Amino acid sequence: MTPSRRFLAHFYMALFVIYLMLPLVVMAGAAFNDSKLPTIVPWKGFTLDWFSALFADGRMWRAFLNSILVALAVVALAVPIGTAAAIVINAISGKWRATLYGFMVAPVLAPGLVIGISTVLFWNSLGNTVGSDFILFRPGLHLSTLGQVSFISAYVMLLVLARLQSFDPGLEEAALDLGASHAQVLRRILLPHLYPAMGASAAVAFFQSLENFNVTLFTRGGADTLTVYVFSKVRAGITPTINALAFLLICVTLVLALVYEMKRRRKARIEAERAAEARRAEAAML
Amino acid sequence: MSAGIDLENVCCDFGTFRAVDNANVSIRPGEFFSFLGPSGCGKTTILRMVSGFIEPTQGTIRIGGKDVKGTRPNQRPTALIFQNLALFPLMPIWENIAFGLEVRGVDKATRRRRAEELLKLVDLPDAADKMVSQLSGGQKQRVAIARALAVEPSVMLLDEPLSALDLKLRQHMRAELRAIQKRTGVTFIYITHDQGEALAMSDRVGVMSQGRIQQIADPREIYNNPVNGFVASFVGENNIFQGEIQNPSGGMARYVTPHGTFRARLGDLGGMPGKLYVRPEHTLISATPAEENSIPVTVGDVSFEGSFIAIHATSDTGAHLTAEIRNDGSATVPERGAKLYMSFAPERAAILPDANVRG
Amino acid sequence: MENLIRRYGRGLTGIFVLLVGFWLLMLVILPNFAMFEQSFRPYLPVTEIGGPRDVYSLNNYAKFFDAPVEWSLFGITLMVPVHVLSFLQTIFYSALCTVIALILSYPLAFYLAKIASPQSLPTLLLLLFIPLWVSEALRAFAWYVILTFNGPLNQLLMWLGLIDQAIRWQQGVLTNFDAIVIVMVYCYVLFMLLPIYTSIQSLDTNQIEAAEDLGAPWWRTHLRVVIPHAKPGIASGCVMVFMLSAGSLLVPTVVGSTRANWFPQTIYTWFNDSQDWQTGAAYSMIFLLLCIVFVILMLRLFRVSLSDIAK
Ligand SMILES: Nc1ncnc2c1ncn2[C@@H]1O[C@H](COP(=O)(O)OP(=O)(O)O)[C@@H](O)[C@H]1O
Ligand SMILES: [Mg+2]
Repeated sequence: MTPSRRFLAHFYMALFVIYLMLPLVVMAGAAFNDSKLPTIVPWKGFTLDWFSALFADGRMWRAFLNSILVALAVVALAVPIGTAAAIVINAISGKWRATLYGFMVAPVLAPGLVIGISTVLFWNSLGNTVGSDFILFRPGLHLSTLGQVSFISAYVMLLVLARLQSFDPGLEEAALDLGASHAQVLRRILLPHLYPAMGASAAVAFFQSLENFNVTLFTRGGADTLTVYVFSKVRAGITPTINALAFLLICVTLVLALVYEMKRRRKARIEAERAAEARRAEAAML
Repeated sequence: MSAGIDLENVCCDFGTFRAVDNANVSIRPGEFFSFLGPSGCGKTTILRMVSGFIEPTQGTIRIGGKDVKGTRPNQRPTALIFQNLALFPLMPIWENIAFGLEVRGVDKATRRRRAEELLKLVDLPDAADKMVSQLSGGQKQRVAIARALAVEPSVMLLDEPLSALDLKLRQHMRAELRAIQKRTGVTFIYITHDQGEALAMSDRVGVMSQGRIQQIADPREIYNNPVNGFVASFVGENNIFQGEIQNPSGGMARYVTPHGTFRARLGDLGGMPGKLYVRPEHTLISATPAEENSIPVTVGDVSFEGSFIAIHATSDTGAHLTAEIRNDGSATVPERGAKLYMSFAPERAAILPDANVRG
Repeated sequence: MENLIRRYGRGLTGIFVLLVGFWLLMLVILPNFAMFEQSFRPYLPVTEIGGPRDVYSLNNYAKFFDAPVEWSLFGITLMVPVHVLSFLQTIFYSALCTVIALILSYPLAFYLAKIASPQSLPTLLLLLFIPLWVSEALRAFAWYVILTFNGPLNQLLMWLGLIDQAIRWQQGVLTNFDAIVIVMVYCYVLFMLLPIYTSIQSLDTNQIEAAEDLGAPWWRTHLRVVIPHAKPGIASGCVMVFMLSAGSLLVPTVVGSTRANWFPQTIYTWFNDSQDWQTGAAYSMIFLLLCIVFVILMLRLFRVSLSDIAK
């Protein structure tokens, strides 16, 4: 690789990062512009009014709360389902495995609106069949939750399965051999190994749910989630309150990203120290 | 505390493949028993049947006189030390060791105390709060043993536990394992493909090949009186001759080969043809022909092996022979090209069948 | 199954199977079956459901071919049903987004996997991930801000003297779909970048050096060594970007022109404005069929399996 080509590569990388970041900066910047329209040009002076307007927006807060509740419900359902699915697919073999795996990953590839529509139609016809108008069978956030669970479980399954591949089944046998019951093996041996992946997949599930639009739009009934609220605001003509919201969300994202990165580095350092100690012990014995 | 183990006509099939074929062995309480054999001969399968992870296809396994058919691994009085140790990487050392107690509902203080006692026993007093990844290979080995001992098993099953260690450490751990076994009095069933390990550590050894137990005896007997060619070759070196048996009598026979006619002990051939086996260290060299079993040879390579010197030679009739002499200065080492005689005492040579295999 | 019981016992296996069964049956298989079944039924008031008029027919699918409009392609004017047109345009522009995203991502993926220094890599990846964590709605909205008539893009271009009049980006310059394509590429490019990056990363750097050592020019190294190795990642990225683009409702609604009709918008209109769920289901089936065909096509084209793609 010639130096000029190397420079070009770095340059392209920088350009790409700017390309990704600039729209977010522009959007966030508009939150502080004292203009009725969400824009940064012309700059009419610095203001925090849009933030106060945001905090006064009751509908937004309800939507936000709804989003959080749905996301928590999705995590509570998708993580156990996806983990169980990963354990099952990891333990079986033969011709059934491929079929089952196909069914499990299909929801990842299925378009959100298809999932949304099929979920509503299914529960609705189920309600009609049993002749019940019970709330479960009508559109609402509970159906959004179920619809989201159907594909987010697949993400969880893939993440947990990847982690399972590094698990030594010998550990399960060792625990059984020492007298543990199957439940104890699961709780003390297998799950602790999977916790990092389950934690990561819980985070993925939470954020996927928060930002989900397609499934939610078709299943929500009359309820708002944050994404739907932003959508309806954009459609109905907007004030920079949305920008204020965006700014806050981006800040939260940044903080989370930094915390995650710091934790990762600390963990890597501890691992390295332990390995070094093991090498020293090895050397000392000889 | 310790229990005996009986295998009666035990077979294990994987599909159409018979991994263990009609194993019969009676292991005494408190004994250090090794299964020795090449990789793939079914050793691990035997251990897994004893520990309960596989059910035998046929036959009976008794632990302490009780038939354990249908008893699950977590209810058997055995503790298995896995080939890769299978220490729990996410628990500190003391929790690893106390895991068996934890699942039995023992309270934390007692667990901790017991773990520390066991760590002392295996000579790792300061490791309690370390993580597995902080330990060296030998230290992990000891933790695995302590973890197995914690559940006070009547039988310890060890699946090539030293194979991952390097040579120096392996020899050190041999002595240590043996000492722990003697101290605790627990029955050890030890698996290895390393004949040195098996012979050095065990009270008795069962040599296996292709799913069959070939011979069960104490190490001396295995080495000095192997029952067949497989055992003879697996546990040591041999000079081998092929020929015809003549007038067998009183456990001895004459053996006619193109390289000469020899007299040797006659093993249990069971109707099969036999070969003559004699170990290099029982092969003597002399400047003049010996009375019996003497072969004129020309010395080829002389290789220095440390404690002994191996002399490779070719007979005038084309047979390749090796003799070993101790490196204690008592004998003169012949030069390459020297003409001399190799011989062996009749009672040191045996006519043996090949191996006990399915036919 | 036996293995499962042996490893986890009957009780736990039962729980696992129950969870997986609930998921696959109640959340995946039966809903899709319900959609399939409903798509053949007429849209009726609640009281008439199950009545004499509630019979299976292909009427819902026939609506797809209603209402022809003029469409000129290379100077030839054709009469094309309006929904078919929307469908075809959605496919075409989604494919365009996919190609653009691929072109943008490939060099960067290669850079990240093989050129960037290992120390800076985690930071770079983190930087790239941040936009992914910001919701799609906001990413689309960011471009709404940029593309508005008096927005920064027009101001910048005019200031640079590249244009002398503000452009109505949302109405499009070249086609009605300009803004949609621009924003979709922005929103989904990372779904192309990451799988390609992962697959190039698993390529042994020695292979690249060996190829260069044998005198291959850089483009041949890529063509013969890197790209064949990255195929599963490329396939995966293409499938993701195409599906996300074709299935997007948010982007076309936020930045799309009134003259650009994205197929999911058509479906949404049936579903929401007309409240005709059955026809919505039929259109949704058509859309699902397209997706399945596309995935199969990509699998064939790149000769990879489903498990390579879903990672
Ligand atoms: N679960 C199994 N399924 C099929 N074949 C097996 C299985 N486990 C072991 N075997 C076969 O049984 C034979 C004996 O294996 P093993 O007992 O592990 O040998 P060893 O421990 O002596 O190396 C080998 O040929 C191996 O391939
Ligand atoms: Mg083995």
